[in-house]
Amino acid sequence: MAETAAKKPKVRYPEGKIVVFEKWCKRCGICVAFCPTGALAEDERGVPYLATPDKCVLCAQCWLRCPDFAIIKGPEIKEEE
Amino acid sequence: MGPKSPIYDYLRYKKKFPTVWCPGCGIGTIMGAIIRAVMSLGYDKNDVVMVSGIGCSSRMPAYVDFNTLHTTHGRAIAFATGIKLAKPHLKLIVVTGDGDGLAIGGNHFIHAARRNIDITHILINNSIYGMTGGQYSPTTPRRAFAYTAPYGNIEPDFDVVELGIAAGASFVARTAVYHIIQMGKIIEKALKHKGYSLVDVISQCPVLYGRLNKMRSPVEMLLWQKEHTVDIKVAAKKSPEELEGKYIVGIFKDDPDMPEYVSEYQKLIDSLKE
Repeated sequence: MAETAAKKPKVRYPEGKIVVFEKWCKRCGICVAFCPTGALAEDERGVPYLATPDKCVLCAQCWLRCPDFAIIKGPEIKEEE
Repeated sequence: MGPKSPIYDYLRYKKKFPTVWCPGCGIGTIMGAIIRAVMSLGYDKNDVVMVSGIGCSSRMPAYVDFNTLHTTHGRAIAFATGIKLAKPHLKLIVVTGDGDGLAIGGNHFIHAARRNIDITHILINNSIYGMTGGQYSPTTPRRAFAYTAPYGNIEPDFDVVELGIAAGASFVARTAVYHIIQMGKIIEKALKHKGYSLVDVISQCPVLYGRLNKMRSPVEMLLWQKEHTVDIKVAAKKSPEELEGKYIVGIFKDDPDMPEYVSEYQKLIDSLKE
């Protein structure tokens, strides 16, 4: 088991784990309310942002629930150790 | 445009976005679930046709990059029947609202269910006529408020699932926008099913329904859905008193053996050719 774990490529998110399109966001607050780990927060305009990226477990709730397709999963870069 | 997600291949995102729907409207979430179901089943987007009538939900074909048709009020199923008979290899998705599908197009709905034609009907049930300004609809619950029912609605509401089963649909399910994972799975099963598949999706209209019914935000409406829906397996163990005022979600009927209209029609043609 330890060997397979070591071979797993490390994933890096250069622009963050999620990406929010502010142009499409209507500030309904659904993503922030249903974030199970509390990683998302609203800024002073009501637009969500990933306040604590370490808390985000990529559970997909925010981008599945977003009615405006304004949240997508961030781009991944896989690196071999 | 920044980073791209695979879902954008199925959206007309360069021309049409952002959507016209109000902040927190459930229709966008359902649209995402439909697109993800089509993606996971691996259908070619040129083989999928989305047909709609008139209403908030019927704006959906403008945003998705399938073959789309935006028809007259309530007649979406009639147009879809024609497409399916002319080109049986296409996958038909009909999106209607509760008013479009049950009031104006109620006649087409029960007869398409009776024929058991291979159409997936996603009925987005937000209990109100949203586009025309908040009139009560056939699914507005008794004693709920609307702009045309300022002292409470006195009419009983339709049970869409019972209606679908009684009319003869071969796949009938109910889900809610809150149950996002279950909604995706049910839509996927409905698309795979051969025959008339009806999916009643309980949605939220925070602007015209929620504000009049003590739910001021889309989040409150989603939490109302969480409290007022019971899964069909859990509901089987509960008494009728406990289930009063609750909506049962899950798959109510899944019968793949019922004769399907297009294949029956093809059999008739083949038998007459001999």
